[in-house]
Amino acid sequence: MIMELWQLWEGEGGHSPRRFWSMSRREAAWAYFFISPWIVGFIIFTIGPMLASLYYSFTKYNIISPPQWTGLANIRDLLRDPLFWKSLQVTVYYAALALPLGLLLGFFLAILLNQKIPGVNVWRTIYYLPSVIAGVAVALLWLRIFNPKIGILNPFLARFGIQGPGWLNDPKWAMPALVIMSLWGVGGGMIIYLAGLQGVPTTLYEAAKVDGASLWQRFWHVTLPMVTPVIFYNLVMGMIGAFQYFTVVYVATGGSGSPARATLFYNLYLYQNAFKYFEMGYASTMAWILFLIVMALTVLVFRSSAVWVYYEGELKGRG
Amino acid sequence: MTALTRKQTASLARLYRELRGLKAQDLLIRSITTLMLAVGAVVILIPLIFMVSTSLKDRNQLRRSPPPLFPVEYVTAEVNGEQEPLYQVTVEGQSRRMALIKNLPGGKGIFVDPANPDQPVELLIAQQKALQYLELHPENYPEALTSVPFDRYLFNTLTVTFVGMAGMLMSCTMVAYGFSRFRAPWLNVLFMVLLSTIMLPSQVRLIPMYVFFQKIGWVDTLWPLIIPQFFANAYDVFFLRQFFLTIPLEMDDAARIDGASPWQVLLYVILPQARPAVVAVGILHFIWAWNDFYEPLIYLHSREKWTVAVGLQTFNALYAVNTHLIMAASTVMVIPCIIIFFFSQQIFMQGVVISGVKG
Repeated sequence: MIMELWQLWEGEGGHSPRRFWSMSRREAAWAYFFISPWIVGFIIFTIGPMLASLYYSFTKYNIISPPQWTGLANIRDLLRDPLFWKSLQVTVYYAALALPLGLLLGFFLAILLNQKIPGVNVWRTIYYLPSVIAGVAVALLWLRIFNPKIGILNPFLARFGIQGPGWLNDPKWAMPALVIMSLWGVGGGMIIYLAGLQGVPTTLYEAAKVDGASLWQRFWHVTLPMVTPVIFYNLVMGMIGAFQYFTVVYVATGGSGSPARATLFYNLYLYQNAFKYFEMGYASTMAWILFLIVMALTVLVFRSSAVWVYYEGELKGRG
Repeated sequence: MTALTRKQTASLARLYRELRGLKAQDLLIRSITTLMLAVGAVVILIPLIFMVSTSLKDRNQLRRSPPPLFPVEYVTAEVNGEQEPLYQVTVEGQSRRMALIKNLPGGKGIFVDPANPDQPVELLIAQQKALQYLELHPENYPEALTSVPFDRYLFNTLTVTFVGMAGMLMSCTMVAYGFSRFRAPWLNVLFMVLLSTIMLPSQVRLIPMYVFFQKIGWVDTLWPLIIPQFFANAYDVFFLRQFFLTIPLEMDDAARIDGASPWQVLLYVILPQARPAVVAVGILHFIWAWNDFYEPLIYLHSREKWTVAVGLQTFNALYAVNTHLIMAASTVMVIPCIIIFFFSQQIFMQGVVISGVKG
């Protein structure tokens, strides 16, 4: 989907179906009629709210009394708010740990699952399973796995003579715990890598083999370049996901971002401001900053992708 | 039955042929791959086993440290009127069943034969094997599901999920049809705008939407979770459009020549052809709506309006010590998704892949 967007931006794609309702005005009318649910929804649930939240971000607003224009006061306060910086730091820390690890592990698993091995569908099912059930129940489960008293992780580590930390109770170890949890759900990214791997034409491998390329060379010069678009997609989505990270940390910490605010994710702090303190203006400012961050990151990845993403379509001169 | 056996035989034969044709290096790579996958699969499955097994323990079993992976209980025997745990012990090269009656310092314990309690033996406890049996407590399930109005939560979740799904399917098929079968000025630009909304973090519109729903009195009702579904979303429109594009235009033309209106083409040509895609989108929506937490959390305030996700979170906040009950409720919440997933894996994998990569 991202690829499609990319191609549209590049002006390469753009599908124009053959016209078959003769009068083009009538055809256009039908087109607008059929997409009208989305247009109406876009106006009342996307553009409208976006403009409203832009307005709120310059006000003090608690829902009960009307918004009061305060100009740039929210931004000024935010920049001085240690919790805002803390939440940014927590989110970036999580992304910096979870994204590369998830990317590598997911890619590695996809390579394993792309081999001709017996029962490959069973393996794929097992690895994808955690992604299907992600939510409150799974967060509650991991809360107990990490629990130093009743959990199973620390007794397991103890078998190897490792004294397990307090995990989610320990400010230092809370984040690694969340990263481990995220790695458990790595199957979601894996399945997309797998599709990318399966999209690599076997003729390329055969040609490389004929040229005497070793297993490693085939991986480095054929597989990797061919799946960079997928890595790129997972990277963009992973970054956006980190800034929206919420359910697990809300459930695990009762919405507090404990211990010692070590898990005060950006989205959690935004939620606290909006729905706990009813600082709607302040929270709107945070939302717009989040929006700008995500935009900047996306543009950055898109830009850099020109260097390291290889689209096979470009070679063939089509979108 | 016969069909299954024949199928199995065929696949066995294929496996045999494959194995025979293999070179030693390939065989080695495949073995290592399988081994690594198996280890990983165990890591994936153990938390789930732990969840189910914990849901079947009673308070006594929960207190054991380290917690056994399975809900087991010690076998006991009566010694001098007291119930004492039985061990399989080795005394003078002989394996016997004895009861542990007293712990001594240094990890040792006093063991006796329950039939003959006057001959104590002192042994290291760690070297003996405690006799255990599986003791399940399925009564946790009714207890967990009645200590909170779970049926109410379930009803709310199902309402949100299925009414929302109906709205999503109606609106998304219409919009996808509009984007895949017609030409109109600005249509491509609009499609680009639609795709761009995928990158839009929902927070940037959440607060005004909350304010809006608050103003019209819909906060603390299920409507804010349902109504937006009737206005299509980028993911599902994109998925359906991709599928619609694969349906040959000749079929539309044939219907058109027979005098079909665009509506009729959608209902009688496109939709029957696109049934797999519609099913896939529906299933993905089910899983998403079933697990959704953020929006139910902000919109639903009173207890009887909660969905299962919010109810479960609150259940945990109130009764965190009742781990067995929490895990029972969690298991119940997870089961529908697992069942649906197992019956529709192919759809799932393809669905995720099409919306993820094929674009």
